Amino acid sequence: MHRRTLLAATAALALGTGWAAAQDDPVKVGFIYVGPVGDGGWTYEHDQARQAVEEHFGDAVETVYQESVPEGADAERAITQMALGGADLIFTTSFGFMDPTMNVAERFPDVKFEHATGYKTAENVSNYGARFYEGRAVIGHIAGKMTETNKIGYIASFPIPEVIRGINASYIAAKKANPDVEFSVVWAYTWIDPAKEADAAQALIEQGADVILQHTDSTAPLALAEQAGNVIGFGQASDMAEYKPSPRVSSIIDNWAPYYIDRVQAVMDGTWESQSVWHGIDEGMVEIGEMTDAIPEDVRAEAQDIADQIAAGEYHPFTGPINRQDGTPWLAEGEVADDETLLGMDFYVEGLTGEIPN
Amino acid sequence: MSGIDPILLLAALMVGSTPILLAAIGELVVEKSGVLNLGVEGMMITGAICGFAVAVETGSPTLGFLGAAAGGAALALLFGVLTQFLLSNQVATGLALTLFGLGLSALIGQAYIGVRPPPTPRVDLGPLTDLPVVGRVIFGHDFMVYVSLALVVAVWWILRRTRAGLILRAVGENHDAAHALGYRVVLVRLAAILFGGACAGLGGAYLSLIRVPQWTEGMTAGAGWIALAIVVFSGWRPFGVLVGAYLFGGVSVLQLNLQAAGVAVPVELLSMSPYLITILVLVVMSSRSRTALGAPASLGKAFHATT
Amino acid sequence: MIRLVPRAEPSTAWTIATPILAVLLTMIAGGLMFAALGKDPFESIRTIFWDPLFHPQFAGYSRPQLLVKAGPLILIAIGLSLGFRAGVWNIGAEGQYIVGALAGAGTALALYPLEAWWIFPLAVLIGALGGWAWAMIPALLKTRFRTNEILVSLLLVYVAEALLASMSLGLMRNPEGGGFPGSRNLARWEPTANAELIGGTGMHWGVLTAFLAVIAAYVLLTRHIRGFHLRLAGQSPRAARFAGVEPNRLVIFCLGVSGALAGLAGIFEVTGPAGQISIDFNVGYGFTAIIVAFLGRLHPVGILLAGLLMALTYIGGELAQLMLGLPAAAIQAFQGMLLFFLLAVDVLTNYRLRLGAVA
Repeated sequence: MHRRTLLAATAALALGTGWAAAQDDPVKVGFIYVGPVGDGGWTYEHDQARQAVEEHFGDAVETVYQESVPEGADAERAITQMALGGADLIFTTSFGFMDPTMNVAERFPDVKFEHATGYKTAENVSNYGARFYEGRAVIGHIAGKMTETNKIGYIASFPIPEVIRGINASYIAAKKANPDVEFSVVWAYTWIDPAKEADAAQALIEQGADVILQHTDSTAPLALAEQAGNVIGFGQASDMAEYKPSPRVSSIIDNWAPYYIDRVQAVMDGTWESQSVWHGIDEGMVEIGEMTDAIPEDVRAEAQDIADQIAAGEYHPFTGPINRQDGTPWLAEGEVADDETLLGMDFYVEGLTGEIPN
Repeated sequence: MSGIDPILLLAALMVGSTPILLAAIGELVVEKSGVLNLGVEGMMITGAICGFAVAVETGSPTLGFLGAAAGGAALALLFGVLTQFLLSNQVATGLALTLFGLGLSALIGQAYIGVRPPPTPRVDLGPLTDLPVVGRVIFGHDFMVYVSLALVVAVWWILRRTRAGLILRAVGENHDAAHALGYRVVLVRLAAILFGGACAGLGGAYLSLIRVPQWTEGMTAGAGWIALAIVVFSGWRPFGVLVGAYLFGGVSVLQLNLQAAGVAVPVELLSMSPYLITILVLVVMSSRSRTALGAPASLGKAFHATT
Repeated sequence: MIRLVPRAEPSTAWTIATPILAVLLTMIAGGLMFAALGKDPFESIRTIFWDPLFHPQFAGYSRPQLLVKAGPLILIAIGLSLGFRAGVWNIGAEGQYIVGALAGAGTALALYPLEAWWIFPLAVLIGALGGWAWAMIPALLKTRFRTNEILVSLLLVYVAEALLASMSLGLMRNPEGGGFPGSRNLARWEPTANAELIGGTGMHWGVLTAFLAVIAAYVLLTRHIRGFHLRLAGQSPRAARFAGVEPNRLVIFCLGVSGALAGLAGIFEVTGPAGQISIDFNVGYGFTAIIVAFLGRLHPVGILLAGLLMALTYIGGELAQLMLGLPAAAIQAFQGMLLFFLLAVDVLTNYRLRLGAVA
């Protein structure tokens, strides 16, 4: 441990004790956001969940948040200030906040931390993530059934395991629904840049794609799909209901509210313990938005059935036989992927074309 | 390459480049008058939200674009007052304008998240759109694409052929001489600054009302900076701006098309390509031309009448 | 009608008084904005300007953070100011900052897990070289092909960002990070850790270097012939040429120095406060430093103060978000206002206000 952290720790402890004495007040819950609450996507959904926490607990909680916090040095300061400000529980809602969260947690042993989409834990740090790939399997099925050109366009953000997993999950499901299906992936190298997403969607549509899947957060691809006329897409992160009933035929919604309420309750009850969870459709963290009438009724029923089976634990989107892109076997017949491989996924499954940039 | 239709690509790049083209042609006029306004990004995003808000409230995209121009011009007025009357440093004021514009737009935009603006219809030119090749490329766009092209021609014509253009260039090349000739340097510049702000506002609104159409904080994502680069690229000539904006927009669209077509070029390289190719083209151009592609001589210098 | 009459010499009294006046005006205008947003204006202003320095609960932590935040701004702005004085426009310090960090961190990561004291100094040196080399691209294109350095340096920022993303996802990715993007943590690896020099002060090698750069720039500008040439070239290129100033060498010197300092800022940041190379490593210091340079009137001491003031508004703004629930956008707008006022009242330093008709 560095001298820096040691010294800071003593300072923090000195401050912390004085603060903890006045502990009759509401539970103070802090949120660190990577984007603005007005991004309409990732951060927007986290903030919706924060508001749900406020609504659920009323006067028993007080929430604070800081938005547009850059990952790195600024994040560490923002989290520290929140802890100094008397927060009892702090949610840090982006992968890049992992090391800063761990650093601050070391100095504030009495404060509980929850880090989203990472892999490190400590006595007072949990991590949580969502099995978005479950949702992607459901919409992958719809995509495979509904494409007429057999070409599905995929707007990907960065080549990280989360995104690669999503591409694989939807491809496997689409292929199962329609053996002739082909995926065309465009890497936008951004999480949200509406103009670029529009350009990417247009490029894919011009290449003959009539279904657009997206792992970027703006509604631009849906707008392009609407202009093109006979192209469909899905809401990402938020419901994007304004494009219902078509081109937005369904959506994958990040719903953090149940988890946040649960964890705040645990702090109130004194039962909070460090954990590492990966929730999916079952726990409600991944929500499939309304499937509109634009989807044929039988396909809707099938998709619902897949979602139900996943939720019930009867079906796993990564069930063998599945080979890797180069043809080497990955999962044998009936074998189910383990979480560790999924979390670090850095390969395409067989049938996908193109290379993952690295 | 086989899978890419050059005609569709050309049509797509015209649409994709329009925000940058609008902002850049405005900034060109500003710089021609001898003023360097680095606040294009701030004016664009302000235009994006003002246009969006007006269009949503009135239900009219046309009024939306007028509102966007007004919003961009209002922010530009702030810049104009500071730099022309209070003689503040232009580079710093422009950067502060970007910071302010990003903040202000986000504040105004809080009520407009997840809202859809009224659709802007494409100009219906009937059978013209069905003509082979030119039909798709030239006709069948929304009206702002034509407005942007008309602006380029108008700016060229005014700068080259009219007395107003002559005065503007005189002010930009040598403000002391222009002043001595009796021209109102400050007022000419203020007019240019307002025009630049209005154009940037239109560029921003093109994104929020047509291209995307939605409001998201920071949605211009650096387009204003590219517009500034395009003005330099153009050598301060209107048709150079058109070439630069279409070149940059074209490479941006092309690289995504290459990816979509599954061409085996490293994606990292493709995503850098719009910037690298723009630099490369400028290097070739500037090394070939005998006369330096000169900035207006008074660019960025404060003017104060001493007599 | 009010008109401006130039002063023979900039007024010393106003030089000191204008920043104070500007801050007061910002407090009034900002207070009005905060009140319009439904927040207590007095509390908001106090939180931004006072609490980072004197709040009993936070100040112990946020005071050192002022230096952490101001360090890279000052370091980069000092370098830029030399060029701006000479009319050499480096707008791409952000890119040089990124490449400096990548070069230095890459060197250190290549040596992992070697334990040697010289890794940090080596990384710093390579970091400076990386920033310098990135700035040499616009410099050489300018001197060889007369390509405008504003465009090249600016566009190279985006190239550097793409490079950064590619490195975080590929070559420099932490092999023990389970496939997630981002490098190993350099601040937690003893041979590269750029820790505080004196605990609890925020003073790391980067901040110290920034202070040294302020002193060096002051000496250069006031005592050295090169500093004189810089100022001469900016004021009158013709006179500079008669004085024997070679324009190309000036371009290479200015871009080189500013690139190297930006690179240094990058490597100190990645080995210290930021800790690792990641996709979003850069946070805009290179652009904000341009404002800092001009707010400081391109003078080393002015830049030092301007850097600290900017850092104060950042940290105070964060506290205002945290404690008062002000949106980040309001803080941004407030910072913009502060800059407007600072730039606007500057006119009083160089001009007198006179009532009466234009002569």
